[in-house]
Amino acid sequence: MDKVIQTSRLTKRFGDFIAANEITLEVFQGEIFGFLGANGAGKTTAMRMLCGLSKPTSGTATIAGFDIYKQTELIKRNIGYMSQKFSLYDDLTVLENIYFFGGIYGLSNKQLKEKSTELIERLGLKRESSKLVSSLPLGWKQKLSFSVSVLHEPRIVFLDEPTGGVDPVTRRQFWDLIYDAANKGVTIFVTTHYMDEAEYCNRISIMVDGRVEALDSPTNLKKQFNAKSMEEVFYQLARGAKRGD
Amino acid sequence: MKQFITFLKKEFAHVLRDKKTLLILFGMPIVQILIFGFALTNEVTNARILIVDQAQDDISQQIIAKISASRYFEIENIISDASQIDRAFQQGIIKMTIVFPANFSSNLAHENKGQIQLITDASDPNTANTLANYASNIIQDYQRETNTLISQPFEIRPEVRMLYNPQLKAVHNFVPGVMALVLMLVCVMMTAVSIVREKEMGTMEVLLVSPFKPILVMIAKAVPYLLLSLINMVTILLLSVFVLQLPVNGNILLLFGESTLFIITCLTVGIFISVQTSSQQAAMLISLMGMMLPTILFSGFMFPIENMPMPLQIFSNIVPAKWFYIIVKSIMIKGVGFSGIWKETLILAGITVFLLAVSLKTFKIRLS
Repeated sequence: MDKVIQTSRLTKRFGDFIAANEITLEVFQGEIFGFLGANGAGKTTAMRMLCGLSKPTSGTATIAGFDIYKQTELIKRNIGYMSQKFSLYDDLTVLENIYFFGGIYGLSNKQLKEKSTELIERLGLKRESSKLVSSLPLGWKQKLSFSVSVLHEPRIVFLDEPTGGVDPVTRRQFWDLIYDAANKGVTIFVTTHYMDEAEYCNRISIMVDGRVEALDSPTNLKKQFNAKSMEEVFYQLARGAKRGD
Repeated sequence: MKQFITFLKKEFAHVLRDKKTLLILFGMPIVQILIFGFALTNEVTNARILIVDQAQDDISQQIIAKISASRYFEIENIISDASQIDRAFQQGIIKMTIVFPANFSSNLAHENKGQIQLITDASDPNTANTLANYASNIIQDYQRETNTLISQPFEIRPEVRMLYNPQLKAVHNFVPGVMALVLMLVCVMMTAVSIVREKEMGTMEVLLVSPFKPILVMIAKAVPYLLLSLINMVTILLLSVFVLQLPVNGNILLLFGESTLFIITCLTVGIFISVQTSSQQAAMLISLMGMMLPTILFSGFMFPIENMPMPLQIFSNIVPAKWFYIIVKSIMIKGVGFSGIWKETLILAGITVFLLAVSLKTFKIRLS
């Protein structure tokens, strides 16, 4: 299976503080990879490095086969990103947002037209397509944001806590979208605090104090830690953490 | 009552902990008083003047000596060729020329009347008037002193010519200044706020992850304000020419070109500010306080820069509006071509490039 992400001892220092410490992991094509950790554990730092938002202090990595130091432009073209704050412009309409983000990823007018129609159909946003995004309820915004982030069919999409603040039903619907994308071959790299979402992933890694302390499928992790739920696994690992709230 | 005191304590905590705003609130009046006190004087001293002495006799030498001794004037040069006068004015080296015609002494001797010509640069009508008055006074002084010593009193009549703005209209002075101010305010503040808004909203991150280059993000944000400012500039010009009757003596295309350059300079300042701040409020505050005040004070359109203390004069050199004001006045009022303003143009271009380079560098450092 293709390795979409491959890192070796990826480290990020801020002065004396080691935010991410020798991260070594692999993510395979088509996987749904969960990236867990307590607040302050270094998840965001690690993800920012993988996205090309911040330069690692040491270590190596390739994303979609491209080197993280020398080929950042190529990486950017092949990844998608959904930030915690939902990445859409509130004062633009649904259609305008789709066209904007599709446009900056280089989609042609024809492609934009096709894909936007398809997207709006799938999300049931036909009546809202000319309305400002600010008028949409939170759940719809999230779904739209996700769909926009995979519009250009990237090889991997990074989701930073995409389901914060919505009810379980909406979260479930969101994950349906994620499964759809994964079935089409998009690799999903998602960080979350919700342990039930951890169960939806193929494999999970858990960061504590800047290091990856566990990396395996949910089933194996529960066996390894003799736990009944992912929540227990997490609790066992993160309980002894020195950083965080 | 107790609840009120509790609330009051919280409010004091808010105010006292926001050190940056406190600095502005307390620092600003101090700075303003000091600057206003030292910088603002309408009195003109050490004005650079040219003397064309075609008479070259005792009397003209004596008058020249008196002028040279005056603290109001600094003689840039004494020549005998009147054809140099125009160029000296156009280049902005001198503010006034005193001409002693060739027949000055013979006229005094034979007709007891002599004429001295005072030619001033009236594109700044206040200064022109003041200088003409000072010179006239010195000449009258000389006349009075000498007349008490000789038997046949003579009369020297200064003939005053106001160049470029014979009616001493103030509009010539403040329209270029207002142009600079408006362009600066709009471009700097709006661009800065627009970029910082992306940072605050969180969409900046998404843009950075995309293949869209960061410098293009900034340029794309600046372009709408470029167009807006050009429209603004046209409006100001149309109003000034048709409603206020401001003449435009120079090349309009050149004026547009230079204005576009100044607009780009201001946009770059906006970009520079946006890279340093992370909140829209801070961006707005810095734009207003850090840009508007220096532009009003140091562009030279309200108060002559030459009369400010040396440190402030040096400081005024980094205010882009100062150079733009000189350029606009030269083109609009003196009708000067590019050859007369290439230096100022180069300085503006230099400021732009410098700020852009620093902004990009700071931006990249922040990223890693």
